[in-house]
Amino acid sequence: MIGMDEKLSFFKDGLRLDGRLPDELRPIKVEVGVLARADGSCYMEMGDNKVIAAVYGPREVHPRHLQEVTRAIVRYRYNMASFSVEERKRPGPDRRSYEVSKVSREALEPVILTSYFPRSVVDVFVEVLQADAGTRTAGINAASVALADAGIPMRSLISSCAAGKVDGEIVLDPMKLEDNFGEADVPIAMTPGGEITLLQMDGRLSKEELQRALELAKAGCQQIYEIQRKVLVDRYSHMDDAGSCDEAVAEEEI
Amino acid sequence: MSDVVMAEIRKDYLYHLMLKGERADGRAFDEYREISLETGLIRKADGSALVRLGKTTVMVGVKIQPGEPFSDTPNKGVIITNAELVPLASPNFEPGPPNEVGIELARVVDRGVRESGAIDLESLCITPGEKVWIVFIDVHILDDCGNLMDASSLGAIAALMTATVPAAQYALGEDYPLPVKDVPVATTAVEFGDSVIFDPDTDEESVADTKLTVITTADGSICGMQKSRPGFISQDQIYRIVDIACERAKEIREKFLEV
Repeated sequence: MIGMDEKLSFFKDGLRLDGRLPDELRPIKVEVGVLARADGSCYMEMGDNKVIAAVYGPREVHPRHLQEVTRAIVRYRYNMASFSVEERKRPGPDRRSYEVSKVSREALEPVILTSYFPRSVVDVFVEVLQADAGTRTAGINAASVALADAGIPMRSLISSCAAGKVDGEIVLDPMKLEDNFGEADVPIAMTPGGEITLLQMDGRLSKEELQRALELAKAGCQQIYEIQRKVLVDRYSHMDDAGSCDEAVAEEEI
Repeated sequence: MSDVVMAEIRKDYLYHLMLKGERADGRAFDEYREISLETGLIRKADGSALVRLGKTTVMVGVKIQPGEPFSDTPNKGVIITNAELVPLASPNFEPGPPNEVGIELARVVDRGVRESGAIDLESLCITPGEKVWIVFIDVHILDDCGNLMDASSLGAIAALMTATVPAAQYALGEDYPLPVKDVPVATTAVEFGDSVIFDPDTDEESVADTKLTVITTADGSICGMQKSRPGFISQDQIYRIVDIACERAKEIREKFLEV
């Protein structure tokens, strides 16, 4: 473990501590349809993040008073397992996970064709099994694939990743160490067409650095989109007549 | 406030005004409502501010007490921000624990204070590992007429800038003013069609496609952003909002928060 006060360098010969280039994503692994009970599901690894997303619905809304007469509502629950982080996290939602759930829902809702299913709900559940910076983006990526797997009509997929600033340099997809000791973190989510649906930022950036961060994150999202698309095509392109198919796995070493 | 029930006709009206480049209350798209700020109204608090942004009214109280540091930051003080959307402030607020809107509000206010480095947490250490000052920032919404983010953030920094560390009360020396090293200002815009409207009122918030809050520091850098509400936003629109946000924040800072 590296101490708080120790000055450490985040770059060695132009490479990051885990050997990546500044504009390189961590390795991504996606599996679609991993849960039997859910209508749609997806397991995703982004570096050391391991998340699993399930989609239930469209289904009846409980409690009833939440239902909307003109459209489906979307609920999103982001939850971290108590063992997912270094020091045990108290189980159950905390203020951070409420906020992450809200912005993640708002990141996906614009592409879901909710008007097709009035008075119903699309429930998205994301469980973080292992966390290493970027869990909300991994959750959104997995949830987007799970929504498609559940057959929920959508305008497009949503892809998400973060850019950060470490040692004065803007980098793509910061891992835990870079996030903890970095100077800024900018998670975004977007459609393949470049429309942004999630944007948060903390830390300190100039306008120019923000532009660089958005450009990097956009390029990252485009790579993630290709992986999401591939795993869905692989899964559904060789479906047999009975409608069942083997689990599809996409593994990318980017 | 996605659940605000607003007549479609009103939405239509605002939309058509917007196409003509107008707003219901006659403001320019990048114009703020009148801001008023009073500090030190609550004698029992260690710092307080009453902000009016048009008719939106927010009271922020700061309490500073000694307490235990977090185990991973033994030599740093603690900031705890909370926001109460009390039912007196809007027909849409309900009693009970904070909902996600309140939590998001508190966390964005907190982000501005924290990430700007306005409070030097190390200076709030009393005995490393044992005792530090804990700064509680409590945002109390009194009247929600839109743009709670900006009003609350302004109230928070104003209350902090006028806060006193009550050292004498705890036999820890003389009272002294809480050192504040930066002045973060939040600026919020909503996107409505292709237009960007700053300092939205509740009607404008309820019809908007999406909303972006940008928090800037005194040196013009960005220390926090939050897109809220579903909806799309383009990169160009983000840059446009950031540019105007920096200007407006500078004006607000110069007018209200000059030391």
